[in-house]
Amino acid sequence: MPANGNDTAAIRFLLDGDVHVVHDVSPTTTVLQYLRDHIRRCGTKEGCAEGDCGACTVVLAELVNDELRYRATNSCIQFLPTIDGKALLTVESLKALNGGRLHPVQQAMVECHGSQCGFCTPGFVMSLFALYQTIDNPDDDEISYAIAGNLCRCTGYRPILAAARRMYAVGRKNNAAWEQRLEKLLTAIRVTTEKRLAIPNGCYTAPSNIDELTARLAAAPESTILAGGTDVGLWVTKQHRDLPEIIYLGNVKELGRISQTDEYLEIGASVSLTDAFAALLEEYSDLEEIIRRFASPPICNSGTLCGNVANGSPIGDSMPALICLGASVVLRKGADVRILPMENLYLDYQRKDLAPGEFVAAVRVPRWREGQLFRSYKISKRFEQDICAVCMAISIDVVDGHVSTARVAYGGMAPVPKRADRCERALTGAAWNPSTVGKAIQALSRDFRPITDVRATDDYRLRVAGNLLRRFFVETDQPDQPATVWNYAAG
Amino acid sequence: MNDLTETRNTVGTAAPHESAHLHVSGEARYTDDIPVPDGTLHAAIGYSLRAHARIRRMVLSHVEAAPGVVAVLSAADIPGDNNHGPVVHDDPIFAAEFVEYVGQSLFAVLATTREAARRAARLASVEYVDLEPVLDIDTALAQQSFVLPTRTLARGEPAARIKSARHRLSGGLSIGGQDHFYLEGQVALAEPGEDATMVVHSSTQHISEVQRLVADSLCLPATDVLVQCRRMGGGFGGKETQAALIACIAALGAWKTGLPVKLTLDRDDDMHITGKRHPFQVSYEVGFDDAGRIQGARLTLASNCGRSVDLSDAINARAMLHVDNCYYLSDVEIVSHRCKTNTQSHTAFRGFGGPQGMLLIECVIDDIARYLDKDPLEVRRANFYGQDSRNVTPYGMTVEDNIIERIVGEVETTAGYRDRRKAIAEFNARNDILKRGIALTPVKFGIAFVATHLNQTGALIHVYNDGTVLLNHGGTEMGQGLHTKVAQVVAQELQVDLDRIRCTATDTSKVPNTSATAASSGSDLNGKAAQAAAVTIRDRLIAFAAQKYGVDPAAVIFHAGTVTIGSKARLSFAELVHEAYVGRVSLSATGYYRTPKIKYDPVTLTGRPFFYFAYGAAASEVVIDTLTGESRLLRVDILHDVGESLNPAIDLGQVEGGFIQGVGWLTSEELWWRDDGMLMSHAPSTYKIPTSYDWPDEFTVNLVHWGRNKEQTIYRSKAVGEPPLMLSMSVFHAIRDAIAATAGDQPVQLDAPATPERILAALEAVGIQSSSRAAARRTN
Ligand code: FES
Ligand code: FES
Repeated sequence: MPANGNDTAAIRFLLDGDVHVVHDVSPTTTVLQYLRDHIRRCGTKEGCAEGDCGACTVVLAELVNDELRYRATNSCIQFLPTIDGKALLTVESLKALNGGRLHPVQQAMVECHGSQCGFCTPGFVMSLFALYQTIDNPDDDEISYAIAGNLCRCTGYRPILAAARRMYAVGRKNNAAWEQRLEKLLTAIRVTTEKRLAIPNGCYTAPSNIDELTARLAAAPESTILAGGTDVGLWVTKQHRDLPEIIYLGNVKELGRISQTDEYLEIGASVSLTDAFAALLEEYSDLEEIIRRFASPPICNSGTLCGNVANGSPIGDSMPALICLGASVVLRKGADVRILPMENLYLDYQRKDLAPGEFVAAVRVPRWREGQLFRSYKISKRFEQDICAVCMAISIDVVDGHVSTARVAYGGMAPVPKRADRCERALTGAAWNPSTVGKAIQALSRDFRPITDVRATDDYRLRVAGNLLRRFFVETDQPDQPATVWNYAAG
Repeated sequence: MNDLTETRNTVGTAAPHESAHLHVSGEARYTDDIPVPDGTLHAAIGYSLRAHARIRRMVLSHVEAAPGVVAVLSAADIPGDNNHGPVVHDDPIFAAEFVEYVGQSLFAVLATTREAARRAARLASVEYVDLEPVLDIDTALAQQSFVLPTRTLARGEPAARIKSARHRLSGGLSIGGQDHFYLEGQVALAEPGEDATMVVHSSTQHISEVQRLVADSLCLPATDVLVQCRRMGGGFGGKETQAALIACIAALGAWKTGLPVKLTLDRDDDMHITGKRHPFQVSYEVGFDDAGRIQGARLTLASNCGRSVDLSDAINARAMLHVDNCYYLSDVEIVSHRCKTNTQSHTAFRGFGGPQGMLLIECVIDDIARYLDKDPLEVRRANFYGQDSRNVTPYGMTVEDNIIERIVGEVETTAGYRDRRKAIAEFNARNDILKRGIALTPVKFGIAFVATHLNQTGALIHVYNDGTVLLNHGGTEMGQGLHTKVAQVVAQELQVDLDRIRCTATDTSKVPNTSATAASSGSDLNGKAAQAAAVTIRDRLIAFAAQKYGVDPAAVIFHAGTVTIGSKARLSFAELVHEAYVGRVSLSATGYYRTPKIKYDPVTLTGRPFFYFAYGAAASEVVIDTLTGESRLLRVDILHDVGESLNPAIDLGQVEGGFIQGVGWLTSEELWWRDDGMLMSHAPSTYKIPTSYDWPDEFTVNLVHWGRNKEQTIYRSKAVGEPPLMLSMSVFHAIRDAIAATAGDQPVQLDAPATPERILAALEAVGIQSSSRAAARRTN
């Protein structure tokens, strides 16, 4: 890196209780590459380099409202500059936390025979460590979710689930002194101003407020906007793209907020999926399944809702639900702000109604209204962490046995997340009964012409798209009849 | 310890994996973690983007000119054999004239960083002349495209017996392949040594084959290539032959540049390049009586071998030798087609063809039961091998150790099979959308390499004069706990603590001519060889002590950490060892073992290919959604036979892990090739192995506590690597059972893997075609 003589140009984070300063790396160096190749700290593994296996899991600690927060993340797709100002904990960090002996998480994994080949193990240990630091008495579901992003090919998971229960019995958290020191150091390296890292052909900029951000975007409108990096990371690790100009949103304080009015929730561009989902779930409990199955904790901890929306993938899980709920996007370019119904953002495959330099600053989701029937479903080969073959959301109001309003949206059925216009028309004003559902299903084949790919055939997609309407009808009409295998328990 | 005169049983204890403390702390060193000297080069493979083509021109100048690139390797650079095929000479390291699948390696780049190498590898310009590819089994059969000739194994008069049987049925299914998805991708590090020698660190199940193929490709004698593997991050068969290509390329690069070269495959490249479990298309024609007992059967197994032979001969042979599973087939014909297609060359994967063969007969049994409106478990029982009669396999081996009746009976009880079947029927009657299903399926799996000569191995033990023990043997550690088990054997024989024993990397310079660690045989073979070495040393110590102290050798007794020498002395193991050293006794020994009794003729496919059988059974319950085809495993009850367990914790881990891996194979793991032959499920984003959510909420997994191998295996244990994978057939059949709940007595046509899409297709098929199917059945 050409030195610009300014120490703010260095990346500073905490590692093993010390401030670690990095000068000469390309901003797209991943945390994993840095650990393994630059400082030869090889405990953290690479299993896929795309955020789907968890072998590379590390934990980031930071101060949020003056409290320490620990979150697991996938180091394989996280760019090193984005951990500026945070504390990085890797599998090697844990023994040090426990006087040189195995940490309770590690000890429990040994006692429960939780490792076979051991290659997935450091990742599991770190996911469990994040759980251990965060929740005191996790229930089975919290445990299962904590390791949803970690694949193990050897064990079948049973002993790892056992270790997650056992670790609390091995030893309770007892690291107050260490945490105090961590807090002090984190305060010391807190990032409060814009940070730039110059590279030979470009620049990595992390603005600290919205004015700096808009100024930077005006100066370099072609920049890659980086928020969680769960997608942009893959451009680098898989497509080997050069990203000369990067603007990182993570430090822009105005974008990190969730605000609420009587009409809507507004979720800023750098709010993580984890935080966004927590807020949405309070409003719409029916989102639970789609949120639980959306992605792993490390991905939700890094990724952002606005990133998912801005990306506009035809198979993104959040958009059908948000569109159904009547969400809109807040687009910003310089000082100009426009507000667009979310479905209008998507013009065609990977084409969006976004001007150069314009970005999705926030997503607005209307508040829940009395009487609204809403569901969101996802069909995939695997329950957790899979990309949908079909994703469907529906929101209707039934007044006197008739559908007064209907919004139905699908993912996986078209080049963009899309409302089912004809289907909605077939529903609106009609009696809420099987015959209407049948007509709405027929309309779907005129709304969509899905494709065949690795996830499903066109035929299956269309058939299931219709059957999900049937499921919705059964769920609303006969609430006692179990209609989904997700979390179905025998008995 | 309380009683110093007691023999300590280390064998049979649930000792943790010898590397567990290293796994959890990140200190376990895998091949990619080995510190490399500065200047080490990193390689990346450039591969074909066409399924079948002639290479008209390959221009690599952009590759060579890319930043960081030091050298580019292609076929012309190979001084010796351009081959990494294990059995047949048909797998070029670099293709020169033709490419036969998307992913076939064409060249390799050596650069200063891995990133630079991978970027450069994309810059090649290759002109192809496309040729027609064969991408599936049907096309291959139609075009008679085979890697090896069709084989048939027959006994009795199947055609006549089918014809005369009271009932007849025919059917079949297609069975998908499976990617190994070892968490650690393929990797090798080659370091040139002095005098043109080569050291290769390879993540491989087969160090000796890597040694031979590297030597042949570089025109070196075996003495000059040393191959080492401390551990793999998973293998499952995927590093039996597939590691050789990676090692050969790294070694070639090191040979050419004189610098260390590391080749670590990216996950996507790994999945494009390496072979997988063979996809199969299987079909049957069967005749049976009113009890469902099979009178005659004709079974056809057509496998997709991909572009080359690899291990397909042995894999298809094992498929043929396992179509019987636990069932006596008096009159049977088994036909095996080995199809050549333009895909990855399919290879070993836990079960090695056995699972596909067994799945066929289980479907036959299921179809019979449905047809006769019987509980499939009843039909299974009606066909079980007998103890004294009806006990000879189609390949002529007598089943002498049959314990399947008892195992199945115990699972039936612990699972509450009968009551649950009733409860499920009631549930299904009450619910339209969700349907539940249950199945109890047995497993019998033959243990030994089918190629008899591979059933041998060696071990090397050094005892140092501080009383510590260095253990080496021919088996590789891929997570299965082999080193732990073998160390337990040595600890038991020498009566020393496990922590006095250090397991070392598998190394061609320590034990020569090893077989692959495969066929579940790791502890059977290496446990025995290490035992022999340990006994040799112990006998020397006994002879020395008896002579020195003037006692009868029978009075020299090893207990936990101590040795009692008659009434003359009691020494610690270390003290005796030190005395023996001073007394000039050799404290190093080799051990050797070859499996007895086996005798198999690969030409007639008959004889005794297996030393013994391992057994197990599982009862699984699922729920399916008839609107979407989604399914979920709700409960499993497993009882599995490992003989007298060497280590119950490790064995349980193999049973549970194998089961779930099999569940993945039969449900969510779908390999999907595009029309042009490109594998589109080439990363965990598109290829879905089970996650922890897929482990059922309710489970009982037990080892047969009364198990004891009838054969004289190491401490009467049984092999456990592969057999439990096939317990997963219970899940597939439970899904079939749930589908059948909507189908009356119709046969269920379900292909594997049972993805939501396939389940929905099966549901719709019984719904739509039930009347036409009924008409197609005939009853004499
Ligand atoms: S390496 Fe697989 S998630 Fe990072
Ligand atoms: S222990 Fe091997 S992948 Fe988990």
